[in-house]
Amino acid sequence: MLSSKVINESHGQDSSYFLGWQEYEKNPFHETLNPSGIVQMGLAENQLSFDLIESWLDDHPEVLGLKKNEESVFKHLALFQDYHGLPAFKDAMAKFMEKIRGSKVKFNANKMVLTAGSTSANETLMFCLANPGDAFLIPAPYYPGFDRDLKWRTGVEIVPIHCVSSNGYKITKEALEDAYERAHKLNLNVKGVLITNPSNPLGTSTTRGELDLLLTFTSAKKIHMVSDEIYSGTVFDSPEFTSVLEVAKDKNMDLDEKIHVVYSLSKDLGLPGFRVGLIYSNNEKVVSAATKMSSFGLISSQTQHLLANLLSDERFTTKYLEVNRKRLRERRDRLVSGLKKAGIGCLKSNGGLFCWVDLRHLLKSNTFEAEHSLWTKIVCEVGLNISPGSSCHSDEPGWFRVCFANMSDQTLEVAMDRVHGFVEAMVMNTNHGKQKRTMWDSRRRSLINKWVSKLSSVQCESER
Amino acid sequence: MKQLSTKVTSNAHGQDSSYFLGWEEYEKNPYDEIKNPNGIIQMGLAENQLCFDLIETWLAKNPDAAGLKKEGQSIFKELALFQDYHGLPEFKKALAEFMEEIRGNRVTFDPSKIVLTAGSTSANETLMFCLAEPGDAFLLPTPYYPGFDRDLKWRTGAEIVPIHCSSSNGFQITESALQQAYQQAQKLDLKVKGVLVTNPSNPLGTMLTRRELNLLVDFITSKNIHLISDEIYSGTVFGFEQFVSVMDVLKDKKLENSEVSRRVHVVYSLSKDLGLPGFRVGAIYSNDEMVVSAATKMSSFGLVSSQTQYLLSALLSDKKFTGTYLNENQKRLKIRQKQLVSGLEAAGVTCLKSNAGLFCWVDMRHLLDTNTFEAELELWKKIVYEVKLNISPGSSCHCTEPGWFRVCFANMSEETLDLAMKRLKEYVESTDSRRLISKSSHERIKSLRKRTVSNWVFRVSWTDRVPDER
Repeated sequence: MLSSKVINESHGQDSSYFLGWQEYEKNPFHETLNPSGIVQMGLAENQLSFDLIESWLDDHPEVLGLKKNEESVFKHLALFQDYHGLPAFKDAMAKFMEKIRGSKVKFNANKMVLTAGSTSANETLMFCLANPGDAFLIPAPYYPGFDRDLKWRTGVEIVPIHCVSSNGYKITKEALEDAYERAHKLNLNVKGVLITNPSNPLGTSTTRGELDLLLTFTSAKKIHMVSDEIYSGTVFDSPEFTSVLEVAKDKNMDLDEKIHVVYSLSKDLGLPGFRVGLIYSNNEKVVSAATKMSSFGLISSQTQHLLANLLSDERFTTKYLEVNRKRLRERRDRLVSGLKKAGIGCLKSNGGLFCWVDLRHLLKSNTFEAEHSLWTKIVCEVGLNISPGSSCHSDEPGWFRVCFANMSDQTLEVAMDRVHGFVEAMVMNTNHGKQKRTMWDSRRRSLINKWVSKLSSVQCESER
Repeated sequence: MKQLSTKVTSNAHGQDSSYFLGWEEYEKNPYDEIKNPNGIIQMGLAENQLCFDLIETWLAKNPDAAGLKKEGQSIFKELALFQDYHGLPEFKKALAEFMEEIRGNRVTFDPSKIVLTAGSTSANETLMFCLAEPGDAFLLPTPYYPGFDRDLKWRTGAEIVPIHCSSSNGFQITESALQQAYQQAQKLDLKVKGVLVTNPSNPLGTMLTRRELNLLVDFITSKNIHLISDEIYSGTVFGFEQFVSVMDVLKDKKLENSEVSRRVHVVYSLSKDLGLPGFRVGAIYSNDEMVVSAATKMSSFGLVSSQTQYLLSALLSDKKFTGTYLNENQKRLKIRQKQLVSGLEAAGVTCLKSNAGLFCWVDMRHLLDTNTFEAELELWKKIVYEVKLNISPGSSCHCTEPGWFRVCFANMSEETLDLAMKRLKEYVESTDSRRLISKSSHERIKSLRKRTVSNWVFRVSWTDRVPDER
């Protein structure tokens, strides 16, 4: 009676990525109302700079009030369903994207297709670039949502490009060729490569060298290059963010019709609820088809109007990007030092809203089963919802993505305390017989008892 | 190796049809009362512009709704972060109640069975993805909304097989037409997954009768297939009869919790009743849990902006507003439709008797040179380029009989509608005279021509048939 898309549940939403989310929903941490609840560290949201946007809104009440020069624009917006998008909004987005790239790249509003979030943009690009059964190569680890966004309704396949911790997860020529060959062995027609730059879940931006390698590869194979630059405005450390379009320009490929960029305001501006994404492409046919397809996911004109005004304010955007970066870096530093105190290291990052954390030393064995059982402990006993590397298609067990920008400083403190407590408990458990009671030990134990005993009584379905 | 997908290269988006081409012509030379009084009047756009004042008044009285405040406090942050595909609970509740109100509170809608989508365009496509495999077919009564060719088929690979309806019985759906369509699908080796109807109908402007609805429910029961009822125009019913939803019929047949009811799905949107196509608000309503679950996940590809959900939850929760709005909307649509109908009558043109929608289904068969679609296209071009009215030819709606046109009336002012009717009258009269000329009695005809053929028509018939480019 129903389509195979419904029956097969190839939407990928039974993965642990989503299950941890569900556990959190049942028992969410709240500073006062539920201090022993699960702290959400699996949601890549940027909650650090709302105050900047809110004060802008306070200074410009007519924008939300749907007025321009004291005249109502309500009727105009209510009727505006042109899939070419509000011109003022596209222009503002182009400027904003240029600013993020230090004006090293120019964006033409005519090459832009607005979509309801990058979720829609990515799926639409697949519909445009690939037929069912075709494949895209994606460096792993990658955003779990891609399994749904790129594959579910499009019938497209993903073949991972294996990246490893031993070289900081850099994309290599060998890894690219290997992925390409694997696809062919599986009888899949490779249509392109899709990267997220900066990377989710790694938090690192793709280097110039890698981008150059990628473009050389895709060019030689005559396939597409899709660069999801949704986190481009979150790069807070060196190296500076380099867009694929910048490297394309250097290679005289800036008008290449097989390079496409995806963007969204969900991460940089922290507005996932407003559903604002876009596709940018030099390929007229793609722009034309994607524009028609955007009918299935247009951005509310009310929202386009709000953001056209916000992003046209150059003073605001300059200040916002600067302050946002600063706050993200501070928060990242806090997480990194908190983890370090617990003897935990992470991949050196320069962007994103999360760190790629190394918990390999806490695994009982170097297996994904051990990773899963560690993850279950961390969700249910320690009370932190973090994302296990397996959900991101990581090749090596033991890595976890931990978000830092979706909570207050105090909550991050709580989370770090719990991590210390947990690690020390683990260390004590593995120290057979070495139960020296020192002043530090008893203080630690009281900390552990407080948290662990409260949490271990919580029902955690994922343990079943 | 082909660089782009077949979806891109094959033009299956259907946008080369005349429906869209007329639109393009209008864009090049749009009528404006002051700035371009000789431009093309847009009568091909089914928009409801009659009641914005009511909404604007409400917005002015309730600034928090658009101002993203709740009881004076900013909820900007909560909304900015709200991307839950289950939708804003207050909005789904308000929407469910609004849908109930439109149906005279005779049926109930459970908010948990609602899936919010970015417009009914998204809702319809999503339902296809949930109910059909590529190559499966849905039966649709003709004439139907041209956009369905793109919305239902393009990316889903589903097929449409028409249920032929004819003017001989007011384009009503008959049992034999249903059976014929089903058999036709089988001949084409297509697996029929369901029937999709728009009720009230676009482009007919008529409501499905109880008889037709019963027929449809019986049909899908016997064939074990789905029924999708796109009720996007449900709030535009202005006739004396009440709107009868497929949900009413299920209730009356005591099928509410039956297996059949799980195969009946309703689509809704605020684009027509409230005139808010720009805000992208649509919904799927289904009694099938699996459909609701899958469609909810699919809605990730087209969620409604939380900013907009909040505004509309406040608006639709105000029962005083919704009651007044539905009433007033009905009144104004009725008046405007009457104006169109009588304007057409004055030009000797009739239309299908309608009681809903934002358009009339107009009979121009008597103006065709021959009873063919080529003649219809010729007539349409004349009307767009010479009479300067963009109306939609029946062929773009897959009508089986040439000569019918959809003419919208709710997207312009009274004065503009007046002018449109004048232009049409003049054109018809000139056409009549030209016809009379080709018959006998030249003297009589000559004097008639001198009197009735206006200067305007004279000028036009001598100029190039290329649209003015201003």
